[in-house]
Order: sequence, then C-alpha cells, then structure tokens
Amino acid sequence: MVAVAEPTAVNKLEVDRLTIRYGDHVALEDVSFEVRENEVFGIIGPANSGKTSFLKTINRMDMFDSNMSFEGAIRFNGVDVSRVRNVYGLRRRIGVVFPLPVGLPLSIYDNVALAPRLAGQKNRAELDIIVERCLRRAALWDEVKDRLHSLGSMLSGGQQQRLTIARALSQEPELLMLDEFSIAVDPVTTMRIEDVLRELKKEITIILVTNLVQQARRLADRTAFFLEGRCLDVAPTEELFTGTVSDPRTRDYVEGRFG
Amino acid sequence: MTKEKVPARQDFDQLNRDWFIDKAVQVLVFLGGISAIVFIIGIFVFISREGLGFIFEDFSFTEFFGSPNWRPTSESNPTYGILALVAGTASVTGLAMLVAIPFSLGAAIYIAEFASGKKREFLKVTVELLAAIPSVVWGFIGLAIMNPIIIQTFNVPVGLNVLNAGVILGLMAAPIMTSIAEDALKAVPDRYREAAEAMGATRWQVIYKVVLPAAKNGLLGAVLLGVGRGFGETMAVLMATGHSINIPTSVFDSVRALTATIAAELGETAVGSPHYEALFTIGIFLFVITFIINLSADLIVRGVRKG
Repeated sequence: MVAVAEPTAVNKLEVDRLTIRYGDHVALEDVSFEVRENEVFGIIGPANSGKTSFLKTINRMDMFDSNMSFEGAIRFNGVDVSRVRNVYGLRRRIGVVFPLPVGLPLSIYDNVALAPRLAGQKNRAELDIIVERCLRRAALWDEVKDRLHSLGSMLSGGQQQRLTIARALSQEPELLMLDEFSIAVDPVTTMRIEDVLRELKKEITIILVTNLVQQARRLADRTAFFLEGRCLDVAPTEELFTGTVSDPRTRDYVEGRFG
Repeated sequence: MTKEKVPARQDFDQLNRDWFIDKAVQVLVFLGGISAIVFIIGIFVFISREGLGFIFEDFSFTEFFGSPNWRPTSESNPTYGILALVAGTASVTGLAMLVAIPFSLGAAIYIAEFASGKKREFLKVTVELLAAIPSVVWGFIGLAIMNPIIIQTFNVPVGLNVLNAGVILGLMAAPIMTSIAEDALKAVPDRYREAAEAMGATRWQVIYKVVLPAAKNGLLGAVLLGVGRGFGETMAVLMATGHSINIPTSVFDSVRALTATIAAELGETAVGSPHYEALFTIGIFLFVITFIINLSADLIVRGVRKG
C-alpha cells in the first residue's frame, strides 16, 4: 500500500497508565492504549485478565464497589472520567451489554423505551419509532413485534440478550461496550448481531470484549490481548493474528495453544 | 484570565435537572435515614432522664437484679427487685419460641415450597389475617378459653400461667414469623432448586440442603423478630400470665412480665416518686436488652454471610 497519511482518526478513549485494584489485589496493571473513533476495538484474553474491570471503570461502574479503586486516567472525548461531575451524563453516552442478559422486569417495549424516557422523551410516536428501530437493529423485531407488551424478563436467554442490545442502542450511545455478549446467544443469532455491529461501526465506537478469539478476528479493527491483569499487546487485528507480536504468549493464545 | 487553559468540558458533564433531582432525593432519604437514629436517641434520653434519678438515689445493683421481691408500694420497706419479672418474661418468651418456631417454619416451608395456586394464596391471606389480630384479643382468648382448658386438662388450680401465656404468645408471634420466613424462602432463586433437582435430589433434600442454607439469614431474622415480639408484648401477657410475682418452677406457675408491670403500675404512681422512676429504670433495661438482641442478630447475620 502506498503510504497514505494517517486518517484523521480522533481518539474516542484514551487509557493512560491505568491500574485497577480490588483492595490489595491488582486486577489490571499499568495499561495504556487508545480507542479510535468509529473502530471496533477488540479485547481478548482468558478469565480474570481484567477485561470486565476495565469496562466497569470506563463508565464509572466502579463506584458501586467500594473495594474497587483505580489510578491513571481514562479520557472519554478528552474528559478524564475520574473527574466527571455528572456520571449519569457520562453513562448515557456509553451503552453496555453484560455477559448474562438482564431483561428488566418491564415489558419489551418499556425495556427499550426506558433510556429515551430517562432522557425526557415523552412523545409516543417518537418512542414507537425508536423502539422499532432498536429492536430491528438488534435482530429481535420479527420475533417480538406481536407481543411488545409482554414481560421482557420472560424471553429466552438469547432473546433477552438481543433485548439488552436493543436497550443499549436506544440510548444512542457514542460508545458501545459489549462484554462477551455471545455467551447466551446461539451461533446464528451471534452472526446476525455481528452484522449489526459492522453496520453500527459507521456511526459509533465499539469495544468488544470477547473470549471467542475468532470473533475478535472477524470484527475488530484493532485488538488488545489481556493476560493476568496486563495488556501484552495492542495491534491491528490481522497483525495480531498473522504478523509479529511483541509477546509470544499472544501468538499462543490466538492460535489456541495456550496453557 | 487564562480561560483557554481550562480544558473544554464536554456537554455530557453538565449538571442538569436530573442531576439536581438526584442530589435532592439523596439529601431527603439521608434525612429520613438519620431521623431513625434521632428518634432512637430521643427515646433513650427521655426514658433515661425519668429513670436516672432512681439509679443514682435508691438504686442498688444487687437488689435490682438479684432480688425477686418487687414491693414498690410497701410503706415501711419498699424493695425494687426485678429478678422475678425477668424470669417471668424470659420463661414466657422461651416457651413462646418453642411453640412458634416449629409452627412458623413449618407453615413457611409448606406455603413457599409445597402449596401451589389457590391453596397458597388462601393460606397466605389467612396467615396475614392472623397477624392482624390485636393483642388484647389474644389476651382475651388466654383468659376466657385457654384458662379453663388448662385447669381441666392438667387439673391445676389456676390456668393463667407460663403455659397459657407462652402458648398465646407463640401463636401470636407465629403468623408474622411465618410471613418473614416465607419471604426469605421465596427470595431463593428457582434456579438453585432446579440445579439441585436436576441432580436427583428429593423435595426435602432440596429444601434441607439448598433452600434452607440459602435462606438462613432471613429465617434467623424471622426468629429474632419473634423473640423481640415476645419480649415487648404487653397486653396479652398481662392478661394470660396471672400477673403474680413469682420465679416459676414449672409451666403451671403464674408469673409477671417486665412490660406488664410497667403497663399496670405506671398510671398508679406519683410522677417523680421512686416507684415511678423504678418503672422507667425497667424501661431502660428493656431498651438495653432489645438493643443487645438486635445487635447480636446483626452480628450473627454478618458472621453467617462471611462464613
């Protein structure tokens, strides 16, 4: 390729020497990288490598755990999240999908309409449009369009996970963080959601934490490898899988020769 | 002004209406929360002020806690010993728990684990109805129904005694204990039961090995609530114990409870007299005991959680 000038990619998120602790236990140590606007940033790594703790810190969910503390800085749109005065405003810009689906005990419609309502949207017609759009995007609309007013928590696991994604999208987030979203979803639905994420990437930034190495390869523009609380590699995804990596353990992991 | 030095805040970080409402609500619920503490301290200060005069002037530790003689109205030599009253309260509460714990846990396990549909709803409503019966009605039942039954069945001269009051108090405490225990059992997620049942556990094994351990904090809470109820109940024990000062040697002895003593005598005393102040000292004692029960319950529950 001819050397094209770096695209004027803005950093959505800058992580600067981040260390996360639970009491004395270090969950993540001295991690620095940036997440660019409109990219899918993959994070792979085995359990207990600090992936979820990292996501929690970004939208200040660490505040729920008095034992949890962090040093260093995470800048979202250039603003240090540890200095944000209105964390609710921050969280409304960031959508999160947890590993196990959490369908709130509301109707399907109300689940998806919750975030726009929190933001003050009262117009029924507007809400109808948002709900349909988000459910379509999450590949759930066809299955639930005839029972929008039944309980969201009664859906099957995979449907609830797509409901969670629809709900996260209804916030119109700038950053969408997915934490191992495919755990409770069948492979066909997983593929459909992956298509959705490819579409979404045009508009928003996505952080995809996954324990499926191939999923990161399919979706992520750049990928980080976390192991035991350290970030061993951050590289464009194909490079991580085929090129030279700075740590041999990364190669072992992505090729499934780990441990 | 070096205004350009300050990094431009992104618009998401503005303190908007939602943020201010949130803060206001936090302040309100904080006030609600500390008001409980204020009331507790207020009550303690009030009963202490009325009772402290007695503690500093006429109080003798050995007499108060060691003497079974409660004779505050004696002209020549008034004595203020609450040992018999403590024994009365303790024996009645102890017997009440012997009655209430099996009844209430049994009922709670049946309602939560075995009964279904209409049967369950009917039982729940009935139990809640039982819990709403005023204590004076229970006292009336003790006086008018239990009394002759005990006299006839056991061939004893008086039917107003530890047995009567204990059974009445046990039946009184059982419904509310059932309600709390049933809530604790229902709070155990069904997936625990499913996981255990999938391993071939019988209904009882599921309950005994999985559900009860998972619900033990709530069940302990139910029992301690019952103990608190028994300790503090006044009217029913006043009517059913026989109200005579006695250290019981059998369940057929009449006794008198701490609370009943206060209720029966406070109206008859001159404000500020040693008798009046002695009754308030009993109040302090009840307050301290309740505090200890609640505190130990809290510590036990914490210990259970850690273990």
